[in-house]
This record gives sequence, C-alpha cells and structure tokens, in this order.
Amino acid sequence: MTPDLILFFGLALVAVAAALGMLFSKNAIYSALFLILNFGAVAIFYLILDAPFIALTQVTVYAGAIMVLFLFVIMLLGAEQTGRTPAAWWLQPLALSLGVILLAEAVYIIYSQHMNFPGMAQVKSNFGSPIVVGEALFNQYLLPFEATSILLLTAMIGAIVLTKRKLR
Amino acid sequence: MLLPVSYYIALSAILFTIGALGVLIRRNAIIIFMSVELMLNAGNLAFVTFGRAYGTIGGQIFVFFVMAVAAAEVAVGLALIVAIFETKQSIDIDQMNTMKG
Repeated sequence: MTPDLILFFGLALVAVAAALGMLFSKNAIYSALFLILNFGAVAIFYLILDAPFIALTQVTVYAGAIMVLFLFVIMLLGAEQTGRTPAAWWLQPLALSLGVILLAEAVYIIYSQHMNFPGMAQVKSNFGSPIVVGEALFNQYLLPFEATSILLLTAMIGAIVLTKRKLR
Repeated sequence: MLLPVSYYIALSAILFTIGALGVLIRRNAIIIFMSVELMLNAGNLAFVTFGRAYGTIGGQIFVFFVMAVAAAEVAVGLALIVAIFETKQSIDIDQMNTMKG
C-alpha cells in the first residue's frame, strides 16, 4: 500500500460518500453541502493530476459561486424538506437497476481495456500552471473563449429577464 | 506519483452513475439540477485525466469551458426554477405535468 494508493482511495471514498450523501439526503441544504464536499475532493484530484489552475477554478467557480447560488435558491424557495415517495411504484427500482447496469458496463469496459489506456506522459513542471493554460486559451482556443464570453452575457440577460417582475 | 489512468476513469464512471441515479430518482428539481452538476464534474475529471495522460493542455482548456457553460446553465436554470415556483408554489417535478404557465 503505497502512499499514492492510500491517498487515492481515501479521497475517492470521500468523493463517492459525499455524492451518495447528496443523493440520499432528505434535506436539500445537506445535499448542497455534501456536493460542496464532493467538489472539494475532486479539486484535490485535479491537484494530483497536475492541474492547479483548474483545481482552484473548481473551488472558486463551482464550490464558491454555483453552490452558493444553489443555497440561495434553496433558502429562497424554502425547499429543504420534500418527500421521496415516487409517483409510480416501479420507478425507483427501475432507476436503480439501470444505474447498476450502467456502472457494471463501465467497470467491465475499464477492466477489459485498461491495457489500452495511455500511460501517464512526462510533462514539464509548469504543465497546468496559469501561464500554460493562458497561452493555449488565448492563442489556440481564442474563438471558444470569445464565444463563451457571449454565452455568459446571454445567460446574465436571460436570468434577469426570467425573474423580472411585471410592472403593474 | 500518479496512478494508472483506469483508476481515475473508474472514479469518474462511479460519480457519473451516482449523478445519473440522482436525476432519475429524486423529485426535487433543485436536487436533480445538482445531480446534473455532479455528472458534469465526473466528465471534467475524465477530461483532466486524459489530458494529463497524453500531456496536452487541451484537456484542461476544455474543462475550463465546461465550467463556464455550467455556470451559465446554473444561472438560467435556477432563474427558471424560481419563476416556476412563483406560479406553481412547488418544485416537485411530479406536479409539473401541464404545459400551462
């Protein structure tokens, strides 16, 4: 049991347990907090995988902005407690069995193809740094960058229009 | 220092399945939305893993764009949920069975 394996399995356990906690929690605020924990664990995975810029973007944007927005809306709507009884009795068992089948297929494919996966390449020490990401973002990927800025503008306008009160 | 690619991909698949189960099982619209975010996150993990495996920065660039799109989607989606709550006084998806606004 090398330290890398212990670290990986510990973090993976935290991430999966937080995801399951989000799934099965009756209180919506607890679900949001579990998801924040999951995002934190995945951010540490990004740090392990030489992606420090993405890791901190994850913490800032996902856990810091998106989940805070979720918490605002949960508290605004008072949606903490909802029941979990399904409309038709066969919905939940069907969903669970389909999920199990999906997971079994994924595990089977990974198990049978794991020698075809690439090995970890050697990268420079500044691989995921903001300098390298910024160079690629503003040189090769400039068009998607500008399109994303227009997308964010559209989303902002859309959110304002959707929640505008009609003037009486 | 780094484990083989299949470990991270297996974790990504497990997180994606949990997110998909969340979309199918839960009835609260906000929890469904959070499960979609979990699925996007699992995809991001796979992107970063393969980007690191091949030594290209393109994996992380794409994760950057996925995060920007997810943020825009969450803003608009939550505005929609708030607007639906104004009319229906509920966010239980089993009660959203008419197209009448």
